[in-house]
Amino acid sequence: MSKIIEKAIDQEYKYGFVTDIEQDTLPPGLNEDVIRAISEIKNEPEFMLKWRLKSYRQWLKMEEPTWAKVDYPPIDYQAISYYSAPKKKELNSLDEVDPELLDTYTKLGIPLEEQKMLSGVAVDAVFDSVSVATTFKDELEKHGVIFCPFSEAVQSHPELIKKYLGTVVPHTDNYFAALNSAVFTDGSFVYIPKGVRCPMELSTYFRINAAKTGQFERTLIIADEGSYVSYLEGCTAPMRDENQLHAAVVELVAHEDATIKYSTVQNWYPGDPKTGKGGIYNFVTKRGACLEENSKISWTQVETGSAITWKYPSCILKGDNSVGEFYSVALTNNFQQADTGTKMVHLGKNTKSTIISKGISAGKGQQTYRGGVKIMKNADNARNYSQCDSMLIGEQCGAHTFPYIDVRNPSAQMEHEASTSSIGEDQIYYCNQRGISTEDAVSLIVNGFCKEVFKELPMEFAVEAQKLMEVSLEGAVG
Amino acid sequence: MLEIKNLHVSIDNKKILKGINLTIISGELHAIMGRNGSGKSTLSHVIAGKEGYEIEGEILFNGESLLGKSPEERALAGIFMSFQYPVVIPGVNNTYFLKAALNAKLKANGQPELDAMDFLSLIKEKIKLVGMDESYLSRNVNDGFSGGEKKRNEILQLLTLEPTFAILDETDSGLDIDALKIIANGVNQYRNNERAILAITHYQRLLDYMKPDVVHAMIDGKIVKTGDMSLAKELEEKGYSWLID
Repeated sequence: MSKIIEKAIDQEYKYGFVTDIEQDTLPPGLNEDVIRAISEIKNEPEFMLKWRLKSYRQWLKMEEPTWAKVDYPPIDYQAISYYSAPKKKELNSLDEVDPELLDTYTKLGIPLEEQKMLSGVAVDAVFDSVSVATTFKDELEKHGVIFCPFSEAVQSHPELIKKYLGTVVPHTDNYFAALNSAVFTDGSFVYIPKGVRCPMELSTYFRINAAKTGQFERTLIIADEGSYVSYLEGCTAPMRDENQLHAAVVELVAHEDATIKYSTVQNWYPGDPKTGKGGIYNFVTKRGACLEENSKISWTQVETGSAITWKYPSCILKGDNSVGEFYSVALTNNFQQADTGTKMVHLGKNTKSTIISKGISAGKGQQTYRGGVKIMKNADNARNYSQCDSMLIGEQCGAHTFPYIDVRNPSAQMEHEASTSSIGEDQIYYCNQRGISTEDAVSLIVNGFCKEVFKELPMEFAVEAQKLMEVSLEGAVG
Repeated sequence: MLEIKNLHVSIDNKKILKGINLTIISGELHAIMGRNGSGKSTLSHVIAGKEGYEIEGEILFNGESLLGKSPEERALAGIFMSFQYPVVIPGVNNTYFLKAALNAKLKANGQPELDAMDFLSLIKEKIKLVGMDESYLSRNVNDGFSGGEKKRNEILQLLTLEPTFAILDETDSGLDIDALKIIANGVNQYRNNERAILAITHYQRLLDYMKPDVVHAMIDGKIVKTGDMSLAKELEEKGYSWLID
């Protein structure tokens, strides 16, 4: 082992604290009664319960997939509680919010009081399984933008839910999507009306609190003709010893001439750095459909957390001239594992997709990039550019790449580039000799590596993302 | 400025430097010449602070011991090394890198750091001194640079960081005559009475342009003879074997 390697991290996971609020928590276990209970607690209309049960029955018939290059002990689905919410449910004003809860949000950097929101970002704060407060509703209402908790949308806009839910990720799609469709408790719902450019960045923060409570978030974003929305998702979670399952589903729908920009900075607890124990399992299905002409969906993510990450934000390019983009930085350190990537499916004519994936592995981290580009036979004149770069820090980590290219139309143009590099002692020494500390050197090199992706992030997140990389890489250089 | 006393250095139990004694005074340019494997580069790296060596003896810089200090501490104290094999740092912009280095030095000295605009003006001046064009400012550190370009980049850094003590580790290897003249010119611009240079080289031709005050011949981990420019000429004519006996 090189002597340049810094000592192991002493930095405490900044968000490792638990809020002591009494919660309505269902006992662990999953069966139809649990699902009915969830639906009843949330006061859902009949169609929603029917959809859940259909999904649950489907899930029972499915088998957990094992093809990903990740290793984890079997999940006991009966040992998880599928619902947990703070006691108070109807909140008319922020005064009614449990002050300890508000304190939690402050610690996480989410001041709910509207006066304090100088940045103009509306926040839909999901506390475990129930959304507590929504800010800036009025401003958005002026533009006709609907941004509310999913459970609220089920009641206030059932026609939209009925129309779009499950159209991009059907309940039959995969094992975790089926589970999510049965037991999801909340998430965000966004609808942007025709021709409207959403006046502010929309964002959501998540937190898993009670032990053994899985987070099953469901988000649906619909951009009607000619509209634009930029949505930010950032999450943190407290330190825990038991693994926590996070199986979310995110569906994006872009109509003609519409654009959806979805950005994520993910910092779930990655597991104990010395033992690999604990940490979140992030098994997420995210997909966007560019339904009609000239629509565009862009995924940008910075993933540094979770013990295990399994996600492939994807785009279905159905409309002619539609565009799909995927910009990603994924970091695996210590004992983290990630099998991630994207899928771009070209159906319409003149469609274009761009994939820029940057993977950084350090410690004993294992990272796999799995990218699929499918050009279907009627997708005339499709264009794809893929760039997949890996950076290895130290000698015990791994990076693996599995590109899948399936072209069924002869007019397609595909470009694929891949590179692997490492941060070696020599580079660090060179920087040291120029007066730059090892920490700063790693930062410099990693930021240089990631900058193509960072520049796609909304400004507020770009800074947070850089800081996150630095914290996550402390002690990793060798 | 630099005092080395009875320096013994081993790596993996293999002895490389076997009792080096060297004193360099401000304003002086010392040259060390020797064959491959004589330990010249090891000496450079040990002064710069590279890890992995077992060291006995003393290295004093302005009276203070360097041993135990990290490379960046030594750099901030005023030591600079022009690397024999400059490292490529992909993705990191050359200008940004140099600005980070200069600002680290300014900060350590309690001086105000330069912003991007001021730094850009500064470096545009310096880049002329090494005959590089401005396109190098937008490239990444040594990425895609030829051998000669890398060496010039090292001298550009020397001229920008203005250290008190510079080690030039085989700065001339891989350079054509024109490039050599430019590099030597750059180094001569850097020289003054408050600074000192240790130049490590195989060949005498660099010294034609850089005029050393003292020349040392190094063989098998020891400095076997010290003289002036005439020693360099003698080595060029006769090689090193006459010194071994």
